[in-house]
Amino acid sequence: MKRILAGLALAAITFTSVAANADPIADRIALMKANGKAVGTMVPIAKGEAPFDAAIVAAGLAAINEDAMKMDVAVLFPAGSDKGETTASPKIWEDMAGFQAAVDKFKADAAAAVAANPQDLAAFQAQFGALTKNCGACHETYRIKKG
Amino acid sequence: MIKKLAIAALVLGAIGGLLFWLLTEPERLDPALVAKASEGDPARGELVFWQGGCASCHGAPGAKDAERLKLAGGLVLKSPFGNFHAPNISMDLDDGIGAWGFIDFANAMQRGVSPMGEHYYPAFPYASYVRMELADVADLWAFMKTLPEVTGKAPAHELPFPFNIRRTLGGWKLLFFAKGPVLEIANASDEIKRGQYLVEGPGHCGECHTPRNLLGGPKQGQWLAGAVSPEGGGIIPNITGGEGGIEAWTAGQIASALKDGFTPDFDSLGGSMASVVLNWSHVPDADRAAVAAYLKAIPAHPNGYPPQAIKAK
Repeated sequence: MKRILAGLALAAITFTSVAANADPIADRIALMKANGKAVGTMVPIAKGEAPFDAAIVAAGLAAINEDAMKMDVAVLFPAGSDKGETTASPKIWEDMAGFQAAVDKFKADAAAAVAANPQDLAAFQAQFGALTKNCGACHETYRIKKG
Repeated sequence: MIKKLAIAALVLGAIGGLLFWLLTEPERLDPALVAKASEGDPARGELVFWQGGCASCHGAPGAKDAERLKLAGGLVLKSPFGNFHAPNISMDLDDGIGAWGFIDFANAMQRGVSPMGEHYYPAFPYASYVRMELADVADLWAFMKTLPEVTGKAPAHELPFPFNIRRTLGGWKLLFFAKGPVLEIANASDEIKRGQYLVEGPGHCGECHTPRNLLGGPKQGQWLAGAVSPEGGGIIPNITGGEGGIEAWTAGQIASALKDGFTPDFDSLGGSMASVVLNWSHVPDADRAAVAAYLKAIPAHPNGYPPQAIKAK
């Protein structure tokens, strides 16, 4: 009986997670777009084109951290989701450990940036620079361009 | 009769062989010109180093920051002709190029010829570097001499016959090794001229962004129109103002993307361009602006890759 219950529970969990992620490609594209949007709110400040604003910076970093926390590799990049309208590189599935490490670094840097809660331009630029290095580093290996 | 034919065949064969030998003879720079090049300035040479992107292929793949100055090679460049392994160009006397003189370096960079007199494969972008000022090459060499010695040799290139015969590259050079500028831009401003020099010369942008023909020669009529990625499964973007290209980007946005890697809609540049951004983030703002001005001035072309490359997979 216990075993059946456990099995049912497991099936329910699997079912809900599958149902919630019927389209992992669309989900991860949405996540990346949200990331880009959050980055975009902070770039003018980082470049010195807009005055430093602690509230905008805090909101932007928080948004990226929320996205980072949603980055569940197993859910967003399941086996087989290299097919279709995706620019994810096959290298993700060839080197899952390396990809997971890159995601983990992004998560750690996003959490650190929020924790640092920068209150002046220099402090913000340091956090933002370190955080956004993750974008290029991951896209260098794990994304391909399809025009 | 048969004897006569055989003799004729032999003579023709010999003439053909001789012609092949003469036509594929490696050509070197004029030593007197090289000797006249002034002592290089290593500080200026560092900028040339980043413009030229040496670290992208000759640094360890994925290396960051100071590690990118350790030029032991190792990157594998895939191509339709086989796989190339970027060699060690650190100052190590045995494994690198520490034993070279400036004339050896200049001939490698601008004529694609090794100190032993062999052709280099054009995976090493000397077909672009030939357009560099010799003074810039001298500055670059002065900087390279300050870089660390790193031991270790890269594996040999993996190329099937006949591409493994270096002498055949003499034929490739006859067909495709053009020393002059790619474009003629009427009434170009000084900024555009500087951008042209950087893009067509040290930046060697056309090596990836211009499609190639079956012999691996660049299709200059589709200059910078984008190409199918030799890495497989993707494309290298069209950076002209043509359909599919970057017409919507302002010059400022192009210059900015080369510095921080962000596109106008805050996507980040990936693939091998990520490493190019790491290089170009070291280059002065004026040079990034010059590249942008040039890209805004060049002829617009539609995408240089076929549409199915987009839908592939």
